[in-house]
Amino acid sequence: MMLYIGKRCLSTIPVMLIVAVLIFGLLYITPGDPALMIAGDQATPAVVERIRQQLGLDLPIYVRFGHWLWDVLQGDFGKSVLSGAPVSNLIAQRIQPTVSLMLATLVISVSVAVPLGVLSAWKRGSFIDRAVMILCVGGFSLPVFVTGYLLAYTFGLQLSWLPVQGYARIENGVLPWLRGIILPSLALSLVYISLIARITRATMLETMSRDYIRTARAKGVADRSLLFGHALKNAAVPIVTVVGTGVALLIGGSVVAESVFALPGLGRLTIDAIMGRDYPVIQAVVLIFSASYVLVNLIVDLLYTVFDPRISY
Amino acid sequence: MTLPLAARRTMGSRLLRYMSRNTLIAFPSALLIVLALIAIFAPFLGTVDPAQLNPANRLKPPSAEFWFGTDMLGRDIYSRVIYGSRVSLIVGLSVAFFASVCGVIIGTMSGFVRRFDAIIMRIMDGMMSIPSILLAIAIVALIRGSLLTVIVAITIAEIPRTSRLVRSVVLSIREEPYIDAAIVAGASTSRIAIRHIFPNTIAPLSVQATYVCAAAMIAESILSFIGAGLPPIIPSWGNIIADARTFWQIRPTMLLFPALFLSLCVLSVNLLGDGLREALDPRMAKDL
Repeated sequence: MMLYIGKRCLSTIPVMLIVAVLIFGLLYITPGDPALMIAGDQATPAVVERIRQQLGLDLPIYVRFGHWLWDVLQGDFGKSVLSGAPVSNLIAQRIQPTVSLMLATLVISVSVAVPLGVLSAWKRGSFIDRAVMILCVGGFSLPVFVTGYLLAYTFGLQLSWLPVQGYARIENGVLPWLRGIILPSLALSLVYISLIARITRATMLETMSRDYIRTARAKGVADRSLLFGHALKNAAVPIVTVVGTGVALLIGGSVVAESVFALPGLGRLTIDAIMGRDYPVIQAVVLIFSASYVLVNLIVDLLYTVFDPRISY
Repeated sequence: MTLPLAARRTMGSRLLRYMSRNTLIAFPSALLIVLALIAIFAPFLGTVDPAQLNPANRLKPPSAEFWFGTDMLGRDIYSRVIYGSRVSLIVGLSVAFFASVCGVIIGTMSGFVRRFDAIIMRIMDGMMSIPSILLAIAIVALIRGSLLTVIVAITIAEIPRTSRLVRSVVLSIREEPYIDAAIVAGASTSRIAIRHIFPNTIAPLSVQATYVCAAAMIAESILSFIGAGLPPIIPSWGNIIADARTFWQIRPTMLLFPALFLSLCVLSVNLLGDGLREALDPRMAKDL
């Protein structure tokens, strides 16, 4: 068991290495010479050459990759081209809104989607089932900014229940933080709810047709216990898998949601970096998002044994 | 020899029979045909030049003259939204097409040639570990947005999914007895790949391509919305929504119409995908 966990953790290393190569490679094939950009139009070739040496751009590509990777492993992503501040500081400042947004979305989505999926599997073919399925297709088709603006318009602008934009840090009180985070995470949840509810319904339907469910029903297990105790527990593995892979959608969506609701998070940082072509920042953010995605799916893999004791390594 | 043809015939007839019976697939198809017609005949639908500035009529609400109102530069939003359907359809269809083609090539190679398999799949694993929107953002950020770069960026981000699908089909089909029979009969590897395996990938791939099309439309609008997509001069739905970002509180209709078109368009493509899946593979879609 411990051996498996160790092996599984080690297996993320080559994947992350490939991600690092891809991200570094993307930058390498970019047209435009960074040394020339820093030196400006007036610089003599000698000055450009000196800057190139200072930046280590004259070294072979694999040496540069090695240096970059070594720095990244120590948490040094270089300096922002725009502000000159270390990229790691920028990220540390911006990480809280993004993490809050994602955790809130995760909690909302799972607690709404799983019961919805179970319900529509149980009442298969009924009005409720149809409604949930329509919600799922619709939710999957609405881009995050559409739901975002719709929510902001209704609950922010018209009803004035919640702030339209902005973020309150959690240090300054949990309630303002919660109020600021509700609308963005609701906007982000819709896609995620659709995804999870759909897979929950499908796997529940499959599980419900199994013999052991019929046996349980025959011996008189109550509906609630049958659904949640027997069926859902056996349907858990595919659901958890989708929760893990869906994090990719969540990451893409958070970039948009932060823009709609003016949250100063990593997504906003990415957009600002794109506008200013701030490559070190873009690299760092993409790398961090990818690493957290890989990490989440590693945890999901390890969770399989918890949900399904038959899976033992 | 006759196998691919027969497979195609049953697939086509099954699809037709399904469409005539099921309104769920008829509705999105009709909507998409209307959208395609709108895109083709955009200049004849009472539109003006979508880039034409009109400073005297800035931020006007919808009226008889400006059906959907005007934006902050006085451009007619109705014209921009109508022309925007061209961009979305071009991006969606191109990405679906190129991602499928690349998926077939990479997936077949990977499923057939053991030597490539490990390398290709590790690269795909790496690419899939980068959330597709972020990958597209990174690519567009490096090579400035234009229609071509946006299509290329989204295609690259979608390739891992299509190639994995094709690979899984190839791996399961190559174990079938009729492939052994073809080998025994002396068919070459390329012949087996093209005549015996490729036709089997068409059904699952066309379902996947529909979803890729919808995802690409959303991706384009997201890229344009955050300013990493098409140049602002191009009237795409994402760009119109991005323009509305600053003004939506005072002029919500500026946002409403492009958002409505985009959502309806993506919804129809997704519904079409669900319908296709149900029609082409009733077993797979039974419970979904």
